[in-house]
Amino acid sequence: MNSYSMTSTLLKMKLTKVTSMVPSTVHQTSPHSIRVTRTPRPIRARFTLVTQAMSFSLPDLPYAYDALEPFVDTQTMTIHHTKHHQTYVTNVNNVVAKYSDLQGLDLVELNKRIGKGEVPSDVSTALRNNGGGHWNHTFFWKIMTNPSNTSGPGGKLKQAIEASFGSVDALKEKFNAAATTRFGSGWAWLVVTPEGKLVVTSTPNQDNPLQAGLVDQAGTPVLGLDVWEHA
Amino acid sequence: MLSCAASAVRSGPSTLFRGVGLRGMATGQDLKLPALPYDYDALAPVIIPEIMEIHLTKHHQAYVTGFNNALAQLKDAEAKTDPSAIVGLQSALKFNGGGHINHAIFWKSLIPPKAWPAPGREFQPPSGPLEEQIKATWGSLDTFTAKFNAAAAGVQGSGWGWLAYNPETKGLQIATTANQDPLQPTTKLIPLLGVDVWEHAYYLQYKNVRPDYLKEIWKVINWKEAGDRFAAASKV
Repeated sequence: MNSYSMTSTLLKMKLTKVTSMVPSTVHQTSPHSIRVTRTPRPIRARFTLVTQAMSFSLPDLPYAYDALEPFVDTQTMTIHHTKHHQTYVTNVNNVVAKYSDLQGLDLVELNKRIGKGEVPSDVSTALRNNGGGHWNHTFFWKIMTNPSNTSGPGGKLKQAIEASFGSVDALKEKFNAAATTRFGSGWAWLVVTPEGKLVVTSTPNQDNPLQAGLVDQAGTPVLGLDVWEHA
Repeated sequence: MLSCAASAVRSGPSTLFRGVGLRGMATGQDLKLPALPYDYDALAPVIIPEIMEIHLTKHHQAYVTGFNNALAQLKDAEAKTDPSAIVGLQSALKFNGGGHINHAIFWKSLIPPKAWPAPGREFQPPSGPLEEQIKATWGSLDTFTAKFNAAAAGVQGSGWGWLAYNPETKGLQIATTANQDPLQPTTKLIPLLGVDVWEHAYYLQYKNVRPDYLKEIWKVINWKEAGDRFAAASKV
């Protein structure tokens, strides 16, 4: 497993020519025309300290590639992480590198802006696919764990699931139905809606519930399942 | 049935009923799973037999079954003139009906290398009016395949790449559709060749490298089929 994480601090030097409109002198040369002279100011250099992430990086899996056997095999995990997820990271970085407005945004904020359409229109599709893909897979690795590590939901989450769906089994049935009926590529989600409800939903391709405005049901994902065929 | 049995003897018992719907008897009105025009291993090494078998008997079959189920529900809804149910069935009809249409075209868009008139040739090039039209539109076959592959590789998620005839401009076009959207019903373009770029079409063999699959598939593309479709479409 390789670790790619790196952040760096950039010292940005901005050279700004400052011209001021004041003070100025207004001369009335005739009833119908005026001439304005401005006192020129010297050029001032401005130094701005900017801290930003160089770019997004492929996160490590929280476990070994074979940790999810026999439910998800080693080869699938390896290709899924090192090829598919890596491609989303590479592509989103390529887009972000071209637009200073997008630089320094964290991944959640980027996805929210994608949902609101607050991204340059000529790269909105590329961002939707790759910014979405990067967040989705980062989230996906975290919500899975070695089978011996899990015995189902507990505490407040379990109570909320039982209140919303009746039982954990009922949730699984509803979730799986959403996953199997998603046409084409996409994801199934358990989300907390803006109104505070637990709801099952699904999205096409690499859309996700953070991208409110683009999806049927916006919210904060609690669980997600990749149902692309490569998964 | 007899020809199915004959080809089954050649190909083995697992292919015995591949021309017939596997979920019970097909009724006269139902869609049926077509037989492949060749054996599962006929397109190797470009497409491995494991993919061909799963692609036909699982994926295409699921679209046929899904469409027949949706159609049965539609007939019920029509009998009751239930607009809510009728509208609610549209996406299942489009997805499964489209899946059947697209795959039926796909199997015919492919041809085993051994069936070519010139054995040993790496691929069977287009000829006649279709070849002329390709050259007139893109300059050369190589340019066409490069553009086709770029479009097909660029399909996000699941979908299809098409060489199409535009009946309004009377010209050729490269087109893509998402998911199982069928080309003609959704765009009026007439499909001449289709290439499935859903991951199930290539993943077991090419993994995530869709461009490699697209590079290789031209070795098994049935240009005669495309030529016949072009002749029929441009005659109208």
